[in-house]
Amino acid sequence: MIAACYAAGAIVVLPLALILWHLIAKGLPALSLSFFLEMPKPVGEPGGGMANAIVGTLILVGLGALLAVPVGVGAGVYLAEFGRGRFASLVRYTADLLGGVPSIVVGVAAYGLVVIPMGGFSALAGGVALAILMLPTIIRSTEEVVRLVPQSYREAALALGAPRWKVTQQVVIPAARAGIVTASMLAVARAAGETAPLLFTALGNRFWSTALDKPIASLPVFVFDYARAPYDDWNRQAWTGALVLVMMVTGISALLRLTVRRVAQR
Amino acid sequence: MKSARITADGVYRATLGGAAALVFVVVALIVFETARGAGLSIKTFGLGFLTGTAWDPVSEKFGALPYVYGTIVSSALALLIAVPLGIGSAAYLAEIAPRRVGALVSFVIELLAAIPSIVYGIWGFFVLAPWLRGAVEPWLIAHLGFLPLFRGYPFGIGMLNAAIVLSIMIVPTIVSISREVLLATPGSLREAALALGATPAEAIGVALGAARPGILGAVILALGRALGETMAVTMLIGNTNRISASLLDPGATMASIIANEFTEATTPLYISSLIEIALVLFAITIVVNGAARALVYWATGGRRTAAALA
Repeated sequence: MIAACYAAGAIVVLPLALILWHLIAKGLPALSLSFFLEMPKPVGEPGGGMANAIVGTLILVGLGALLAVPVGVGAGVYLAEFGRGRFASLVRYTADLLGGVPSIVVGVAAYGLVVIPMGGFSALAGGVALAILMLPTIIRSTEEVVRLVPQSYREAALALGAPRWKVTQQVVIPAARAGIVTASMLAVARAAGETAPLLFTALGNRFWSTALDKPIASLPVFVFDYARAPYDDWNRQAWTGALVLVMMVTGISALLRLTVRRVAQR
Repeated sequence: MKSARITADGVYRATLGGAAALVFVVVALIVFETARGAGLSIKTFGLGFLTGTAWDPVSEKFGALPYVYGTIVSSALALLIAVPLGIGSAAYLAEIAPRRVGALVSFVIELLAAIPSIVYGIWGFFVLAPWLRGAVEPWLIAHLGFLPLFRGYPFGIGMLNAAIVLSIMIVPTIVSISREVLLATPGSLREAALALGATPAEAIGVALGAARPGILGAVILALGRALGETMAVTMLIGNTNRISASLLDPGATMASIIANEFTEATTPLYISSLIEIALVLFAITIVVNGAARALVYWATGGRRTAAALA
């Protein structure tokens, strides 16, 4: 039984290691400065980059964060500071359920909510879809970080005669600020890798576009299209795009997790 | 709260509470939009939508059964692979590994959970598929081809490939939650077992038994993830509208048909049918996740939250 546990651990780690190894081995050769700076070339012309997709992803993720972070942090602080009643439990449970909704379903909902009323695919629709995906994670991790603020801070501030809202706004939130920022960024970084909700909201775009009411390119959708294309050069670039995407997402996550730990230990 | 007087405290609390209440609005909007979009399809096909097998945009006949079948079979297969391995390695991490190793491995596993599914997709497509096509599937056909499960041609792309990659994707969920649940079981259980003369392996068995509800929750949560997984499956399952007993044959899932055809859907009924599939998928995952979260919450006394699970 003990040997079986060792074996299971090894078998679990093996494919994950293989994926990372292939990602680096196949993605690295085409990784160059021009990949970040150049536009995609037409079929048949080698080279080119995904500059528009990288910028597009940043815009989509920024838009999503702009919508989700204020709401998510507000809700998280509410749950941590005032969340004792039935309403708060219901919010928690609903946020958890929202976190389990498949991203493709969120995409379908954003299609109905934004694409149809606006009359076409747009960066804004993609941003709304990503915001919905970020929201539950931001709420629950903000709640967790705010709870870490020692109770004595609140008691000290209340003892000095501060009203409840000032205690939260001027003592608890500043004390938890680093944690709140990292927790939100983590959710935002993870949303950067989402493909499914963008397929029929932001759609994709082979050209340079930063307009919020037009279809916009994104890195994950580019990787998806390039991987399925029957051209070797595109397939190579798909690997590079995937590598860049993973570096963006896990790089930020790893960095933040380490800082969160440090903040939590302090 | 003695009177209805507006206080700064009340306003502050109401503002934050309003942000919290937006969660209900978002979920309600998702339900409302998918239900409204699916209306035409529901009216046209009724319950027959779930049992129909035709998917013909030209004559506008739509039935979701092959996709429901594909979703259930691919997820079940993925669980079949991932559950024993996941629980085994969680037991290793929680019970056997030195604390530092356990913490390091779970840190890495949580990072891996953040890898976008499209990356698993291109790995399955360019690395796993050629290997399955060249080595594994021909062997399966030659030696186990008498079973209907392994009949057909070695495509590389199909149910088997999708299930393997899905299992790789859901293993981190099972490992990290099961480990957490195991660590939450009281150490006195193991000590009591050992004191009664149990071997170390039997003591682990006792701990696993105590952690059963939480581990079950982890498995159901992983199932929820597998049911809704879109991009990797879309790239690997072959997207063919058929129900086949053979694992080597291509198929399609609810998520993959939506991802593949939504932008190509031209007629209102076609789009509505795809949205109804999304609605069904939504309903299934709500039920599955609701059950899983209740179990995990109960088993860990509420310590484990969705933020860490997502």
